[in-house]
Amino acid sequence: MTKQKLVIIGNGMAPGRMLEHLFEKDRDAYEVTIFNAEPRVNYNRLMLSPVLSGEKTYEDIITHGDAWYEEHGVTLHKSARVSEIDRIGKTVTSESGVSAPYDKLVIATGSNPFIIPLPGKDLDGVLTYRDLDDVEKMLDAAKRGGRAVVIGGGLLGLEAAAGLKMQGMDVTVLHLMPTLMERQLDPAAGFLLEEEFKRRGIDVRTKANSHEIVDDGTGKVKAIRLDDGTEIEASIVVMAVGIRPSADLAKEMSLDTGRGVLVGDDMRTSDPDIFALGECVEHRGMCYGLVAPLYEMAEVIAENLLGGASEYTGSVTATKLKVTGVDLYSAGDFAEGDDREEIVLRDAAAGVYKRLVLKDNKIIGAVLYGETADGPWFFDLLKKQSDVSEMRETLIFGQAYQGGAPLDPTAAVAALPDDAEICGCNGVCKGKIVGAITEQGLTSLDDVRAHTKASASCGTCTGLVEQLMQVTLGEAYNPAAVTPMCGCTHLGHSDVRRLIKSKGLKTIPQVMQELEWTSSGGCAKCRPALNYYLVSDWPDEYADDYQSRFINERVHANIQKDGTYSVVPRMWGGMTSSTELRAIADVVDKFDIPTVKVTGGQRIDMLGIRKEDLPEVWADLGKAGFVSGHAYAKGLRTVKTCVGSDWCRFGTQDSTGLGVKIEKFMWGSWTPAKVKMAVSGCPRNCAEATCKDVGVICVDSGYEIHFAGAAGLDIKGTEVLGLVKTEEDALEHIVAVTQMYREQGHYLERIYKWAKRIGYDEIRSQIMEDAEKRKAYFDRFVFSQKFAQVDPWSERVSGKDKHEFRPMAVLQAEAAE
Amino acid sequence: MNAETRNWVAIGDLSDIPREGARVVKTGAGCIAVFRTVEDEVFALDDRCPHKGGPLSQGIVHGTSVTCPLHNWVFDLATGLARGADEGSVPVTAARVENGKVLLAADDLARRAR
Repeated sequence: MTKQKLVIIGNGMAPGRMLEHLFEKDRDAYEVTIFNAEPRVNYNRLMLSPVLSGEKTYEDIITHGDAWYEEHGVTLHKSARVSEIDRIGKTVTSESGVSAPYDKLVIATGSNPFIIPLPGKDLDGVLTYRDLDDVEKMLDAAKRGGRAVVIGGGLLGLEAAAGLKMQGMDVTVLHLMPTLMERQLDPAAGFLLEEEFKRRGIDVRTKANSHEIVDDGTGKVKAIRLDDGTEIEASIVVMAVGIRPSADLAKEMSLDTGRGVLVGDDMRTSDPDIFALGECVEHRGMCYGLVAPLYEMAEVIAENLLGGASEYTGSVTATKLKVTGVDLYSAGDFAEGDDREEIVLRDAAAGVYKRLVLKDNKIIGAVLYGETADGPWFFDLLKKQSDVSEMRETLIFGQAYQGGAPLDPTAAVAALPDDAEICGCNGVCKGKIVGAITEQGLTSLDDVRAHTKASASCGTCTGLVEQLMQVTLGEAYNPAAVTPMCGCTHLGHSDVRRLIKSKGLKTIPQVMQELEWTSSGGCAKCRPALNYYLVSDWPDEYADDYQSRFINERVHANIQKDGTYSVVPRMWGGMTSSTELRAIADVVDKFDIPTVKVTGGQRIDMLGIRKEDLPEVWADLGKAGFVSGHAYAKGLRTVKTCVGSDWCRFGTQDSTGLGVKIEKFMWGSWTPAKVKMAVSGCPRNCAEATCKDVGVICVDSGYEIHFAGAAGLDIKGTEVLGLVKTEEDALEHIVAVTQMYREQGHYLERIYKWAKRIGYDEIRSQIMEDAEKRKAYFDRFVFSQKFAQVDPWSERVSGKDKHEFRPMAVLQAEAAE
Repeated sequence: MNAETRNWVAIGDLSDIPREGARVVKTGAGCIAVFRTVEDEVFALDDRCPHKGGPLSQGIVHGTSVTCPLHNWVFDLATGLARGADEGSVPVTAARVENGKVLLAADDLARRAR
């Protein structure tokens, strides 16, 4: 049977998802051709805001690369805007003259930004915020500086404003309505949001009606004038007031259209062989601009393309604002009404506002500001129409407060049945451990490990085993063997890490509350540890708490004994150039830096810099291309290299190149303690790789990977992890072992101590022998890097954390009198 | 002297200081570290640890204490006394918040200047 032909017009997220579903169900049903007006592959449009703010790059947000299309046999015509559809001959033709016949057609033309018909709307410098081209134009404008005026205080407008601010522009937001995001937020939450934006230095003006965009005389934007006559100078104007379904093509071919392309519940248009999908659709009077409904439609179409009879019946939507540091979630309907009740929680000190709207004991709307971890849970209750009368009293406090799970971990262990598995690695159940303890009179953890193998592998169940010993032995077990993290808790690091994961704890106050911290606010020992564990466990959800970081990580420089700081710029793999050295020399002269020193990690250290000077020092270094060397971080410090096969007559591989590659891949990652690496080009080992946390010795046949060395308080040669053949393999193994350490290490515990605790063989077997596990570690590292690889110096040059570097006030002696 | 009859000097807004953080106020007689706790109380101590002169403003603030960034001495923000096994104290300047403004006691400032 010959394949049917499927043509898709548009290459956004919805058709991407639809094809995934289609191929999953039946790889061979259709031969697929896509016409895309944009000159690119498929990317995650939701992530444009992080690209604008500089937190991600275009490459990070690609969802389907060229390889995907090739692998799935999909023909993708890029930069091909469809101009004509012949419904009788069943052919689609693009402006550029490419045509393709179809049996089934999917229209997924998306939406167009709404342009307010103001005088001056066509001037150079008036932009919209819809696709990557728009983002590139904004980034370009941001480089030139000046003021950006964003029209529209909705989701898109605010994300654009925050991004442009992070890129260093002055930003004004103009919003017609009295409060921001009035379609998703009630006035109280809108007000909190406005305050937050103002606090970031963004000028927010509500009830502001734009009148005209003013020409500078050369066809470029100069300012914007409001109805009340106010004129705001602007180098760009971004219109982000909404979107309109793009239905023109459907209309031209005489399909039924309203605001969008009209479809039935089966997602078919008025022509049964033509489906419509995504933002261009009007379904039961609704047009959607959020991704969740589009994904639901995509699934229905995939089903129906294969002869199914699936139906789409509309969606309830939830919104999350993607601005780093602002937690905001809203779902459903939250207007007030006589038949509705509401539950409100306000905690001004913590900046938290939560409001649930109930009707007939069911949640119909939710607004969360400041703390949104429970958003998905409330949304689930809302979608399922669950009766919440049982938990009404504690509902607003979220999921963690429901169900009455025992807080005392020991009691929880005592309550487990005998056949409950305690150690997953070695398949040891509770009964076996308790039996061994009583029959053989075991009193220490090491004994239990030796006799039962429980917690002898990955070690993550150590806390459980210890609690089991406590339950079984009572007074006879000395819990002092579990060293508590600090004076604020009786729990050790392993317990805390395990409980953070198992209880889904996502903020420091939540950890302290749930794990019954005995101090208010913790101490200088536990706070940085908890902050690291949360950063490591929830990279995408946890907002790094800078006040819980040691000063060096808070200001991204190393404090010295006299209160001045030292600055170490990154020199990838220890490589530098005349331009870089000249820039360093200039900075040293300009800021009168007293000491310049070459470090053991092949970097240059400038010592004795006044704190107030740091941003300017970084600005100058940044101009020469330098980024932070993280010499202050519990994170990847340096990858030291020798010159390898580039120059050395003994070099077997490109050790410098590999070192640079590793460093570029791994910089910015936080780890339990500092991580130093090295790559040597031959066994003569000039880069001293065999006393590093992770080291590579290149040999003729490949790359020998080492780990768990030390050359500080302790001196210890590395252990061999294994030999791999290619650079790619080396990188994957190094990243995987580092991620394993990131997930299991105790705060301030170097790799060699962690490895000793876990067992070298266990690490070798997970990283060298279990390809699936290795890949999973690797993927988790890559995921967390998306949130970590932001140069902290350039962020601060653009104004982040200004308060850190300036005195609050300067008082004259007389003023005190 | 009680709060009503004392003279106070405004040094800025409460919101200028991060919660669980500190800012520095420069004076002719050395720097003062002004702390803000998680409960929005403010305290002011000389920005100089009696141990080795570490800048207390750079320490981690927890509860109503601060830990010096150089050698981890812990001080009570209200009394300026070292906590735990260490012995020593830091001069305190009375501080309070009024209408969102942070105020320091003028007589304490004057005493420091002498």
